[in-house]
Amino acid sequence: MQDHDLQRSGLTRRRVLGGMGISGLALMSSPVSAQETVDLHVPGGPSTRIITTSYPQKGRMILQRSSPPWLETPFEVFDKGVFTPNDQHYVSWHWATFPGDINVDSYRLAVRGQVNQTLSLSLKDILQGLPRFDIAAVNQCAGNSRIYDVPRVAGAQWADGSMSNAIWTGVRLRDVLDRAGVKPGAIQVRFGGLDEPVMEGAPKFLKSLTIDHARDGEVMIAFAMNGEQLPLLNGFPLRLVVPGWCAVYWVKMLNDIEVLDQPDTNYWTATGYRVPYTPHSTVKPGETGFKMVPVTRNVPRSFITNIRDGGSVPAETPASARGIAFGGDCGVARVDLSIDGGKSWKPTQLGADQGTYGFRQWQTQFTLPARGAHTLMVRCTNTRNEAQPDFRIWNPAGYMFNTIKTTNVVAA
Amino acid sequence: MQRAVLPVLAALCFFLLPHPGETAAIATLKSLKLDVPASDAMFPAGPGSDAMNNNCLACHSADHVLNQPSLSREAWQEVVNKMITAYKAPIGPDDVKAIVDYLVRTKGTS
Repeated sequence: MQDHDLQRSGLTRRRVLGGMGISGLALMSSPVSAQETVDLHVPGGPSTRIITTSYPQKGRMILQRSSPPWLETPFEVFDKGVFTPNDQHYVSWHWATFPGDINVDSYRLAVRGQVNQTLSLSLKDILQGLPRFDIAAVNQCAGNSRIYDVPRVAGAQWADGSMSNAIWTGVRLRDVLDRAGVKPGAIQVRFGGLDEPVMEGAPKFLKSLTIDHARDGEVMIAFAMNGEQLPLLNGFPLRLVVPGWCAVYWVKMLNDIEVLDQPDTNYWTATGYRVPYTPHSTVKPGETGFKMVPVTRNVPRSFITNIRDGGSVPAETPASARGIAFGGDCGVARVDLSIDGGKSWKPTQLGADQGTYGFRQWQTQFTLPARGAHTLMVRCTNTRNEAQPDFRIWNPAGYMFNTIKTTNVVAA
Repeated sequence: MQRAVLPVLAALCFFLLPHPGETAAIATLKSLKLDVPASDAMFPAGPGSDAMNNNCLACHSADHVLNQPSLSREAWQEVVNKMITAYKAPIGPDDVKAIVDYLVRTKGTS
């Protein structure tokens, strides 16, 4: 995290684009047929998805749902660098009713509830009236990788691409709350955006954080990602950034902040987005009688990005593997690679640390000993010494999947 | 105290950052007026497809359903119940049966 008010420096557009690399830029601008598809290789299907370029400010995206949009980042994007280009940052909305027309002069962010003074902040108030800072953070859907659940469960059938990393620029939620003056007795802060339910009586999409979390100095009201204003579909003009926590908390088109002195009872906070209160949020299919708790923080994950499942690798010759990892709500301590299906592990070299909550690149050399089928696995251990599990995470709603990723290859 | 600490912190930040100099320079935002695509695709015709089209497409496009895995009758019933109780889909009892039957016929596990 960098403080602009202490030192006017930060993550520049030049640096972001440098991180993406030339190939990333080429990919973004290449014309593509609307009928292109991708095979997600999921047993039981349906496995094929359309690649769409039809969404505003978005490049090639995997079409998981047309409306409200679920657009997944194609996995090859993650091999280009640690920062996901804005036009391939994944997209997910709960309700279809949100505006495509936003006037920056009339937009207001309300701060109300248990405060000394209700605020109605303009975008100018936010961009020019408060200290700004940058933070790199992975925005990941709680249901990322749900398609790999066995048995399968209902919900967005994301492969591994409902996650994206960006450098977010904005102001501290704490500073905004302090300007309003939080009253004693406040316990939670609830966030709402411009999206509205379609059906009468349906729950508006709202999420809450505890007052202490909201005031921790890292939770951000972001107005830019990777040095540009947010794409509409990623929450223009303002979105909450909750570093290290699941994207469901990162409320888009943020226009309402309500300080509460009672626990939030709305559906999305009190009922939706629940996981078993068990180690790794995992249970046996069919098991009952466990307590359910809200999804909160991200958990460690890692991926090989330069070798595809089912790909081929030369035998008895050094080859390189590289990829990305993130620690969840803390940094990456190590990433290990196994080339024998998890029997033995060797450390990889980590790339530059570009932010505790962001992606970190790793790379290593390996030599497959003989021709034939081999299983590569990659495992992230975070700075709290939590490692990805080697057993298959499963829970009824398909959240928080972080089982060690397996990549099957043939040595030839 | 504060006067002594701030310059030290500033100097530390300056030297620790790999590319100091520019800030995220964005000073103003530009209004947007964009069309977000919708989908007019209907469910594949068959018994119950009218109930699907009439009840499901107000909130989400058909591909939401078509991209789901094959699920048991119990799991599909649970999905439809959630649409009614949590998301307030106004689906009549006859249509509930038609919808669950359609889902089991087209995306069931047995």
